[in-house]
Amino acid sequence: MIDPLALDVAHLFAGSLVLVSFMLLYQDRMTGLINIFALHALVVSLSVAWQAYIQHAPHLYITAAIALVIKAVVIPFALHRIVVRLGIHRTIEPVVGVGLTMLAGIGLVALAIMVMLPITAQAGTLAREDLAFSLSVILLGLLMMISRRNAVSQVIGFMSIENGLILAATGAKGMPLVVEISVAFSILVALIVIGIFLFRIRERFETVDIHLLHEHRGEQP
Amino acid sequence: MAVILDMLVQFCQMTVVLLLAPLLTGYVRKMKAQLLGRRGPPLLQPYRDLLRLLRKEVVLAHSASWLFRVAPYLVFAATWVAAALVPTFATGLIFSYAADMIAIVALLGSARFMLALAGLDVGTSFGGIGSSREMMIASLAEPAMLLVVFTVALLAGSTQLSSIAAFMQGPGVGLRVSLALALVALVMVAIAENARIPVDNPATHLELTMVHEAMILEYSGRHLAVIELASFVKLLLYVSVIACVFLPWGVAVSGQGFAAYLTGFAAYLVKLAAGGFLLAVFETAIAKMRVFRVSDFLGAALMLGLLATLLLFVSRVT
Repeated sequence: MIDPLALDVAHLFAGSLVLVSFMLLYQDRMTGLINIFALHALVVSLSVAWQAYIQHAPHLYITAAIALVIKAVVIPFALHRIVVRLGIHRTIEPVVGVGLTMLAGIGLVALAIMVMLPITAQAGTLAREDLAFSLSVILLGLLMMISRRNAVSQVIGFMSIENGLILAATGAKGMPLVVEISVAFSILVALIVIGIFLFRIRERFETVDIHLLHEHRGEQP
Repeated sequence: MAVILDMLVQFCQMTVVLLLAPLLTGYVRKMKAQLLGRRGPPLLQPYRDLLRLLRKEVVLAHSASWLFRVAPYLVFAATWVAAALVPTFATGLIFSYAADMIAIVALLGSARFMLALAGLDVGTSFGGIGSSREMMIASLAEPAMLLVVFTVALLAGSTQLSSIAAFMQGPGVGLRVSLALALVALVMVAIAENARIPVDNPATHLELTMVHEAMILEYSGRHLAVIELASFVKLLLYVSVIACVFLPWGVAVSGQGFAAYLTGFAAYLVKLAAGGFLLAVFETAIAKMRVFRVSDFLGAALMLGLLATLLLFVSRVT
């Protein structure tokens, strides 16, 4: 049986991760958004490190370190540079209906909890809350991807989904190290590909507002 | 005999609330002035203001109805009763069993309703604007406050402030993210409800964005004094609720004797001073937001409250 205080700390980190996801949804300034994404990755690595400590699973420390180095330092740094080079670091993205998005987010968190709690009734407390919170983070990331028009914010939404997946894997006694490392590198590759794409989009349409793409596909805006 | 003693302590509590409320406001004003590098009014200035207002004659508008004259007293009575229900220096006082936190929210809600009616009564445009904005704030602040109450009540298993304080002092609380969220939400609600700076400016009567002052613009003399006193008591009430739920240490339990009451009172004074100081620092550090941003601010409080309640369902069961 795990010490209640240790559980509370794990709950604190996982709960903060959901909160930071909401901050991502709320933030409309580009620089602030990237900084909050760095915070998101920092919280996830703290959470994984704490669970490595209480589950006595040393390989999870490596997961935490990878999350910290790649997603809290390298990717935000690269995104800052991309955003500055695209010249959109000062833009304020017109987020339509923050209140409505927030309410939808709360609904998604409630949905995640309602779905996960009955399913994982047999599992330990730690796994239950990790799975519930990670599903919330994933759904919030998806919500962010569909509610934003700017391609860079969509990239950040995508990366936050990956953070949710790490949390889920941690709760299930950790994933194999090979998988973890390959996932981390595929995320890096994805960032590079997306970065190149962003520049291509900008070259072609002189903006990164993806609504212009819809018109070119023949959809009505 | 015991009942008489309980009544006496309760009476003390109500008097303390009434007497300390202007002092707290004066303290916050003084602190704010000093943080801005000014000397500021003396601590006792709010008392003097109230006395001066009480001596002045009441000027009534021609179109004022009986409601306009009755409203200040109703507002004050509801606020004072709500403050009497909050444990300040001791929990488990005789009145606190009559009503719980939801009743306190309801009392404050009815006080606000009366004030909004009074703002509309005379028919000036300012009063109408103030009332409509107050209702906009209330429609978001009250659900947020209720969600905070739900969060705390789900944890403590009671909506009774005395039982909540006892639970919070016990070992079963632990470290909880829900409580942190609830605290932030409650502080945001308290700032909005007391018309403090990011939402409304308490120091001005001359701004187009004012809310609380716009509603009471037509009041004068003893009516104004009573309304001002009610708003002082309301500030004290919110600080006391926050202190009672989130910092319940040092509070005496009813029937522990005189010495316990004295330490409880000292602890209460320290908490009030800390709360007033933090409020002054916060108000100095932040700028007032546009009225139409207030819904975002309170929406965030509402969201935090909802999230706090939701996260409880996945947390460790006590």
